[in-house]
Amino acid sequence: MKSIIQTSVAILVVCALLFYGVSALEKSSATSGGGSITIYNWGEYIDPELITQFEEETNINVVYETFDSNEAMMTKIEQGGTSYDVAMPSEYAIEKMKENDLLIPIDQEKIPNLKNIDPYFLDLPFDPGNEYSIPYFWGTVGIAFNPTLLEGQTFESWDDLWDPSLEQEVIIVDGAREVIGMGLNSLGYSLNSRDASELREATDKLKTLGPNIKAVIGDEIVEMMRREEAAVALTWSGQAADMMFVNENIDFSVPEEGSNLWFDNMVIPKTSSNVDGAHAFINFMLDAEAAAQNTEYVGYSTPNQAAVALMDPEVTGDERFYPPEELRERLEVYENLGLEMLGIYNELFLEFKMDMEN
Amino acid sequence: MGKLSKLGKVYLAAVFFILYAPIFYLIFYSFNSGGTMSSFDGFTLEHYAAVFNDTRLIIILMNTVIVALLSSLIATAIGVLGAIGIVFLRNRKMRNAMLSLNNILIVSPDVIIGASFLILFTMIGVKLGFASVLISHIAFSIPIVVIMVLPKLQEMSSNLIDAAADLGASKRDILTRVIIPYIKPGIFAGFFLALTYSLDDFAVTFFVTGNGFSTLSVEIYSMARAGITLTINALSALIFVVTLGLVVGYYFFNQRARTVGTGGQ
Amino acid sequence: MKNNSRPLYMVPYYLWIVLFVIAPIVLIGYYSFLDLDGKFTLDNYQNYFSSVYLRLTLSSFWYAFLITFFSILIAYPTAYWLTKTKHKQLWLLLIIIPSWINLLLKTYAYIGIFGLYGPANKFLSMIGIGEQQILFTDFSFIFVSVYIFIPFMILPIFNSLDKLNPALIDASRDLGASSWMTFRKVVFPLAINGVKSGVQAVFIPALSLFVITRLIAGNKVITLGTAIEQQFLVTQNWGMGSTIAVFLILFMFIIMMATGQKDKGGAEHGKVK
Repeated sequence: MKSIIQTSVAILVVCALLFYGVSALEKSSATSGGGSITIYNWGEYIDPELITQFEEETNINVVYETFDSNEAMMTKIEQGGTSYDVAMPSEYAIEKMKENDLLIPIDQEKIPNLKNIDPYFLDLPFDPGNEYSIPYFWGTVGIAFNPTLLEGQTFESWDDLWDPSLEQEVIIVDGAREVIGMGLNSLGYSLNSRDASELREATDKLKTLGPNIKAVIGDEIVEMMRREEAAVALTWSGQAADMMFVNENIDFSVPEEGSNLWFDNMVIPKTSSNVDGAHAFINFMLDAEAAAQNTEYVGYSTPNQAAVALMDPEVTGDERFYPPEELRERLEVYENLGLEMLGIYNELFLEFKMDMEN
Repeated sequence: MGKLSKLGKVYLAAVFFILYAPIFYLIFYSFNSGGTMSSFDGFTLEHYAAVFNDTRLIIILMNTVIVALLSSLIATAIGVLGAIGIVFLRNRKMRNAMLSLNNILIVSPDVIIGASFLILFTMIGVKLGFASVLISHIAFSIPIVVIMVLPKLQEMSSNLIDAAADLGASKRDILTRVIIPYIKPGIFAGFFLALTYSLDDFAVTFFVTGNGFSTLSVEIYSMARAGITLTINALSALIFVVTLGLVVGYYFFNQRARTVGTGGQ
Repeated sequence: MKNNSRPLYMVPYYLWIVLFVIAPIVLIGYYSFLDLDGKFTLDNYQNYFSSVYLRLTLSSFWYAFLITFFSILIAYPTAYWLTKTKHKQLWLLLIIIPSWINLLLKTYAYIGIFGLYGPANKFLSMIGIGEQQILFTDFSFIFVSVYIFIPFMILPIFNSLDKLNPALIDASRDLGASSWMTFRKVVFPLAINGVKSGVQAVFIPALSLFVITRLIAGNKVITLGTAIEQQFLVTQNWGMGSTIAVFLILFMFIIMMATGQKDKGGAEHGKVK
């Protein structure tokens, strides 16, 4: 009994000390004055120096929280409890958040730097007139491959993934929309298809890819490709850029049948308690120099023309990540298909995964 | 009882080797100047410097430790009392029903626990942050404590308690002088596994946290999309070394205190 | 422990059961009867009995069984020999410490160790077997799962074995029993409560594993937990997710029944009021 009480007291003392430490540290790092905003973003998706810079310039204290999926983020915002002021959801999530009335309209007069954004990325179907969202990063879905592990195969078409020489060499991303969408694209259908027979055809075709598939994974694809564990991966352009950053052998291609064009945009959730601060932050991130610095840190493609002008032309002239006009024409943005359709996509994807097992 | 045989030594050595292999792997790469866990380019301490320069990370680490220790402590207290209560239930059906209820949180996937706790907290009006995270961690740690304490309780012979009662011990004395000392190994096992639960949890914490409060697990999982930096490796290496030092130090300190002191427990 | 009367000290525990166990179950039960539009339906249950989910359940059970089986196989001797070490409490703590390092990080380490160019394959080619695809196989999945769960199996078994009275074993020896006999007739039955606790702490959570099914098994193994995760987070079909969870809870009750004590257990302590 004595030892239990002793241990309990020791634990309480340690906790008290740590508590004191936390409050001391928080006091020293908080800037007083212009209020505070809470940013809700993907992990490692912003240059932390920019946050410090923003705090110094505006005297607004930034609280930074991270999420790992759009859906989880939406649940948190829907339930409230935290006053998130700026969040970075993907385009289909924005459509859904709009539907569920989770967003505050953006006052474009407070964001003069909006002029820096390439008009191509403005006024898109998921948010006409950019009433609720401002582009942050964008990209495509394509095939990352490592020519040093292959015998000269190229990936101009999705069908190239079915090449028998690629047995156990292909990793695909764990996303129903991405994989079923690829199946649809490879058959020449739209990746927003709602047609049951098209979907069935796509799933059946995907099942024949089974022998070539090494694994269906998420973010770990980057690490696997960097380590040359696999030669080919179906993945997002941003992740391909991350791979190339470490392993220069890797190449990326967006097949000619077309593919997905995605966006992560900045929005102001309904939970915001400092709407002015949120606008100030969005405007700050759109500043040419800030955006260029952020893009260099994150490595994804920026929609900010003024930043592109400041950056290394070797990066921004790379057609794999800044595709030319004619390829962009063939890219489709995900439409919000509705929960029921999403459920069907997922069940087909599950069927495909279960089939792979055997 | 016999001494540890040679075969036993080899076996234990193998088990410990496997248990620690991934951790040494992580620590090894925390010195990698290459920036990833794939190829070792050269020795550097920059990731360790990065840990100490990142105030936010240090705050998160301290919060993680506070939540883990406090929640495990409280969960152990509640769980031990609950387990004693369950064992003394006279109705066997009732006892099995309680045990099944107890285990529901162990079987429920984290997402469900997280989502339902979130609904619960927003319904009651608990402010999301430290308090909600602490309460949730207590809640999902209680069952593992109960499971670890139960076998000891069941083995405790009733004669022991009867004898104490016959000798005129009060109920409180029986609890603190007889039962608790007897089940102490189970209590510690429960406490340590509660720590494991708390330190490892991502999904539940993610849902119930808010207002800038974060734990290491949430931080690490949300980094996955852009790649986990070696700073986290360095931090884990530090945590590992400090924990190991504390545990070993505490153990030998206790040992000495015991042999120098009265000798009994 | 200040409360002298019995019902009082149970208050926090009962409060916990009501708030954090019963309330969520009621919620899950309620959601399992809702469709996407929030209307009452039995479709979710019907859907569960379609081939995809039944296959999923079977394979989930099979893997949980394998994981539990290998956990016992490895944990039992470990716990047994640990009780014979000099600083046994310290060694036991050293078994737990690795579990305090973040799971995702350790999983990433295993991706490296089991990788084509990792230490495991270096070793295999050194001893002449040659490089193998280890990652994304059943072997790696079960190996890493056992790795994660092993402390949960070792601890209760250790605690049961540790208090074994040496006199019992000596007596059995003196009566001429072989080591094997002693083990079978004396040691093993006494440790059975520990094993049962271990099974509860391993088998049940193994049904709802989700992170490593993706990272280590490359989604070639899918558990009930993964399916629920998907329903809640991706499809946002809380109804279907809850239905699968209802079945998971049912399975757990069955397992509890199977591993629950059939003897009188603590009932005889009932005298103590």
